[in-house]
Amino acid sequence: MARAVSTGQKSLNTAIAGTLGLVMFFPVLWILILSFKTEENAIRAPLEVLFGSGWTLDSFAAVQARSDYFKHFSNSVVISVGSTFLGLLIAVPAAWSMAFVPTKHTKNVLMWMLSTKMLPPVGVLIPIYLIFRDFGLLDTRIGLVIVLMLMNLPIIVWMLYTYFKEIPGEILEAARMDGASLREEILYVLTPMAIPGMASTVLLNVILSWNEAFWTLQLTTSDAAPLTQFIASYSSPEGLFYAKLSAASIMAIAPILIMGWFSQKQLVRGLTFGAVK
Amino acid sequence: MGQIQLNQVSKSFGSVEVIPPLDLTIEDGEFVVFVGPSGCGKSTLLRLIAGLEDVSGGHVTIDGADATAVPPAKRGLAMVFQSYALYPHMSVKKNIAFPLRMAGLGQAAQDKKVEDAARVLNLTDYLDRKPGQLSGGQRQRVAIGRAIVREPAAFLFDEPLSNLDAALRVGMRLEISELHKRLDTTMIYVTHDQVEAMTMADKIVVLQAGVIEQVGSPLELYQRPRNTFVAGFIGSPKMNQIEGPEAAKHDATTIGIRPEHIDISETEGTWKGTVGVSEHLGSDTFFHVQTEASAEPLTVRATGERALGYGDTVYLTPRPDHLHRFDSKGLRLE
Repeated sequence: MARAVSTGQKSLNTAIAGTLGLVMFFPVLWILILSFKTEENAIRAPLEVLFGSGWTLDSFAAVQARSDYFKHFSNSVVISVGSTFLGLLIAVPAAWSMAFVPTKHTKNVLMWMLSTKMLPPVGVLIPIYLIFRDFGLLDTRIGLVIVLMLMNLPIIVWMLYTYFKEIPGEILEAARMDGASLREEILYVLTPMAIPGMASTVLLNVILSWNEAFWTLQLTTSDAAPLTQFIASYSSPEGLFYAKLSAASIMAIAPILIMGWFSQKQLVRGLTFGAVK
Repeated sequence: MGQIQLNQVSKSFGSVEVIPPLDLTIEDGEFVVFVGPSGCGKSTLLRLIAGLEDVSGGHVTIDGADATAVPPAKRGLAMVFQSYALYPHMSVKKNIAFPLRMAGLGQAAQDKKVEDAARVLNLTDYLDRKPGQLSGGQRQRVAIGRAIVREPAAFLFDEPLSNLDAALRVGMRLEISELHKRLDTTMIYVTHDQVEAMTMADKIVVLQAGVIEQVGSPLELYQRPRNTFVAGFIGSPKMNQIEGPEAAKHDATTIGIRPEHIDISETEGTWKGTVGVSEHLGSDTFFHVQTEASAEPLTVRATGERALGYGDTVYLTPRPDHLHRFDSKGLRLE
């Protein structure tokens, strides 16, 4: 017999889930509200903020006037997309060889790669900072592309490895029997079959790189500063400007939020790929 | 042309030798079946011929040319896999055309060949579908279609019917046999099912633990098994094998007698026994009879229906001209 769920139980579950969702979303919602308030109204008591007057778009205008949003935006795009595709370039061959030509050390290599993610990034801050300084990479987009690619590479390799593992080896062997070269095998058979997996890998890594705030804050100041730096610049020694800070935050997270919203189906499908046959 | 020769071919995975050096010649146009229990190395042997595995020693010769170091794509062989291994993102038409596309054939020539293959295999109505929208039998036909368009020197089948249900299996068995008659191309077919081997093969290769136990026509193997393994493996139900004093009477360590070569009577015979389980197939009945001649119950075939029940006393008489004798090493005695 299937497990019976009463209507009451269902309503309770929905209520709990709804509350949890609201609690999780609340900070973003509050930032959104504050961004439309004047500086003076933004620091009032919550109820006054919600129901009081002082709704305005001034904060957005002020933010754009003070710091060039589009420069930071384009830096964020270049860094997140660049590091993801550079990572793919290295990860596809790596994942291919580990999935289809495994050796007895393959599992160890994978675990070793993952273990680098367990290290706190601050542990390697000084060596990386010094390397960047000596190579003239500080505050450059190419420097950030490299460092974020390295940070996310284990995740990209792991994700692709998992997707490739799901592709039956016999299909690749069939391609080989049908006269396909290694290049044709990867181009016409493996890649089309792995596209859903690759798409979600790209999406997840663009999001991770977009939101990355440790390295981007440490290694940039102005030229290569992405949106994380743009937000951070609003918590300044001159004091906190809640409305402007909120407006900056909304402008920084909006692009990735919209992208995530439209691609959530693809993301979920990619992340649960192979979980259910 | 499609003559394939294996000279001292061997295969090891690490320190484990799965196929000790073996020799085998497959003549042009022959339908050869590799048969044996799971893990006997029959699929590995096929993959060595295909080039999907590298040989650890020896040479594979295809049509007189040494193909040992030739990659699978260049051996001119086509393979049908157990899982069909169709390309899920391509339509049936594109699946069948894939080897032609890889060979750089023009679009018009591709279309013509695909249409011909589809007609032969009754796939014309399904050309635009994706493999996911086809039944198991249709998928198998697409896999065969993909193999035949290449006009290969030989077809390699790796347990192609084991994913199909019983009725479909019989149908596809006939189709593949008919295809062989029509194309007259060498086919190598791997199966663990001795019925498939018996019904389809010109020549059967019985393998056990990577070693060829016997090579011969189905009837040769049935009538003159070279050892007790082949005797037990070929034929269904399997041959009765009796050891001990009863075998000694015939100067052998083991004697074998097939179920259809034992006469059963309610009144007189050589061995007295008691009927155990009976299996009624309609056309035949198989009785499992416990006798004093053997520790194991003997299987006896009776044509049609026989009114014998559990616990009835019967007498069994083996036909002497159908008795097989084996020595202490299990080898056949003439």
